[in-house]
Amino acid sequence: MSEIIELHDIRKRYGETDVLNGLSLSVRADVVTAIVGASGSGKSTLLQIVNGLVRPEQGRVVVFGAPLPERNLVETRRRIGYAVQGTALFPHLSIVRNMSLVAEVVGWDEERIGARALELMTLMDLEPGLGNRYPHELSGGQQQRAGICRAMFLKPEILLLDEPFSGVDTLTKGEIHARLAALLAVEPTTVLLVTHDIGEALTVAADLIIMQGGHVEQRGAVTDVLAAPASGYVRALLGQGHAA
Amino acid sequence: MSEHYSARVMRLSLLPVAASLLFFSGGLASQQAPIVVGSKNFTESYVLAEIMAQTLEFHGLTVEREFGFAGTLVAFEALRAGEIDLYAEYSGTISQAILQTDSEFDGPALVAALAPLGLEPLEPFGFDNTYAIAIMPALAQTLRLERISDLRAHPTLRLGLSHEFRDRADGWPGLKRAYSLPQESSGLEHGLAYQALLEDEIDVTDAYSTDGDLVRYDLRLLEDNLGYFPTYLALPLARGDLDPRARAALASLAGSIDAAQMRALNAEVVVNGRTFADVAAQFLAGRGLATGTPQPRSRLQERLLANVLVHLKLTSIAVLAATLIGLGLALSVYRSPTVSKAVLYTAGLLQTVPSIALLALLIPIAGVGQVPAIIALFLYSLLPIVRNTITALITIDPLLQRVAVALGLTQAQRLRVVYLPLALPHVLAGIRIAAVVSIGTATLAAFIGAGGLGEPIVTGLALNDTGLILQGAIPAAALAITVELMFEVLERWLVPPHLLTRQAVS
Repeated sequence: MSEIIELHDIRKRYGETDVLNGLSLSVRADVVTAIVGASGSGKSTLLQIVNGLVRPEQGRVVVFGAPLPERNLVETRRRIGYAVQGTALFPHLSIVRNMSLVAEVVGWDEERIGARALELMTLMDLEPGLGNRYPHELSGGQQQRAGICRAMFLKPEILLLDEPFSGVDTLTKGEIHARLAALLAVEPTTVLLVTHDIGEALTVAADLIIMQGGHVEQRGAVTDVLAAPASGYVRALLGQGHAA
Repeated sequence: MSEHYSARVMRLSLLPVAASLLFFSGGLASQQAPIVVGSKNFTESYVLAEIMAQTLEFHGLTVEREFGFAGTLVAFEALRAGEIDLYAEYSGTISQAILQTDSEFDGPALVAALAPLGLEPLEPFGFDNTYAIAIMPALAQTLRLERISDLRAHPTLRLGLSHEFRDRADGWPGLKRAYSLPQESSGLEHGLAYQALLEDEIDVTDAYSTDGDLVRYDLRLLEDNLGYFPTYLALPLARGDLDPRARAALASLAGSIDAAQMRALNAEVVVNGRTFADVAAQFLAGRGLATGTPQPRSRLQERLLANVLVHLKLTSIAVLAATLIGLGLALSVYRSPTVSKAVLYTAGLLQTVPSIALLALLIPIAGVGQVPAIIALFLYSLLPIVRNTITALITIDPLLQRVAVALGLTQAQRLRVVYLPLALPHVLAGIRIAAVVSIGTATLAAFIGAGGLGEPIVTGLALNDTGLILQGAIPAAALAITVELMFEVLERWLVPPHLLTRQAVS
């Protein structure tokens, strides 16, 4: 089976610092893969390499079975959803217009946009009335769910999540996780979730990629990693510590 | 609510276009070639201009008045550019300031010298407004002073002279040499010299020979018995292509005013506070040259409205152009910090040029009148608009920019639906600052004959008439406040309230 995302020998430096150092990985289609690691381990950069926001100095990026185009990434990006920490909803647009911005641009009619918005908001448990509000009028949890709706609006084949759930309380986080799972059950999507919260990774993901210092420390199904941590670092990250 | 946001932005851009079209079409609907009479911004020039204008009207010609040009250079450029057809000038001024020669021209020589410029001096009015030496009558009597050479015998006389007169080669230094005068002089403001004479602070001062204040204070002029001072024969300086009917009409004014009469006419204005038009009408009536009924003066409201409209035209065209070009400039450079800095620096530099200096610098390039005024206002408006737009664009949250790219919006789409709407509050604030500042600065445009609310201010300054100054200053202030309020309404209409409150008005 051909992989939907493949990275080969990726190297990325910011100034003097190697952020990614010969990193290679591939991701299974239609499952959630969580990338876990301490801050500064290059997780966020890795996501931006997938949708071409960041270009590596070295290495090959294969998305949808083909090398990521050098230029004119607009079409490719419309097939890749992206949601980030802090939601980054556009403050001057209503919730529905935040979600439907690209759909409008590619010529969806009002009816289709309305139907899609309602569908997503229902799945993510957002009251339809919130659609006409501005982002600042919503709670933090509602904003994050709206951010997911925006990322999923065009039914992308890949969804990149850059710590989108950090900054809300555990209870709200749990609800959002459940809603995301419900949405993905209806619309199977390849999800790459970056998080430093191992609990979140274990709840949401099927596969784990554990990063340290710009390289992959261990990767595999959640159950396999849990059963056989590859190093002390992984053990510590999993909270198994010395007791394990 | 937000769905109409961009639609409103689109409609907004059409408003000023429609407004300026209205102004332009209004300006085009004028009658056939009126004769435009100009004046410089001092009393005698206004009075002579009125006399010429009313004479032309008496002969059935249509006249337009463009009064109050700031000095010889501006009035002369206006004449050369065809903005005006004639104004009152002095032979000495033409020789020195315009032709820049030391030799004095009279009649035929002056005509010959001006012909290559397409200009023509008409027959002089009949008086010589040259420098003169003035003293109090009592002193003249006591010391028997009649001629300038009589001063030589009284070395203790205190001479208080205007700064300009002390500095000019054809002023005090030459006079002292020509007459071998023993006195030293002190300098003072010309406006204070008469008061100083009255209060016995000084004994002698310089004056213009037709100064109305000579009448007010009943001063004696000493005869220039050596013929030292150059002659300043007042005459209509006209374009060579002046309508022959106008030429014929003005011929009736040749030799019609002597120095005493001109002094009296000036005094009617500065001492008795009468209008230029009234004084001119009375003079012409006395010569049987006019019907005796002065040209009905347009009503205050009409003049006010006309000035406000011109003022709005100047500022709206300038600010509209600065908005379009400023936005274009900002959009094309904001992504390069180096170029942005260079553009902001240049625009900032333009801002530091004093308005009057900028207007004067524009005269050789753009002439006088409304065009250079609009160019100057445009240049001043650029900085706030460009600066606010660039600042707003480069300070947009990088995360929002990253998401806009990641969603798959093209550069143009990102600008249209994300960046510009986010920058809008700052852009509007920049345009508002430009508009309000322009309304203030546009009052100075009257100095180069652009009209508007500066016109009564300039005339009022020449006459020291506070009421007239306020006729320009109050509407200008009201206009500025109105525009400020209009922008506030516009902002509330265009920008979601939660974005407005965060906006920092620079």
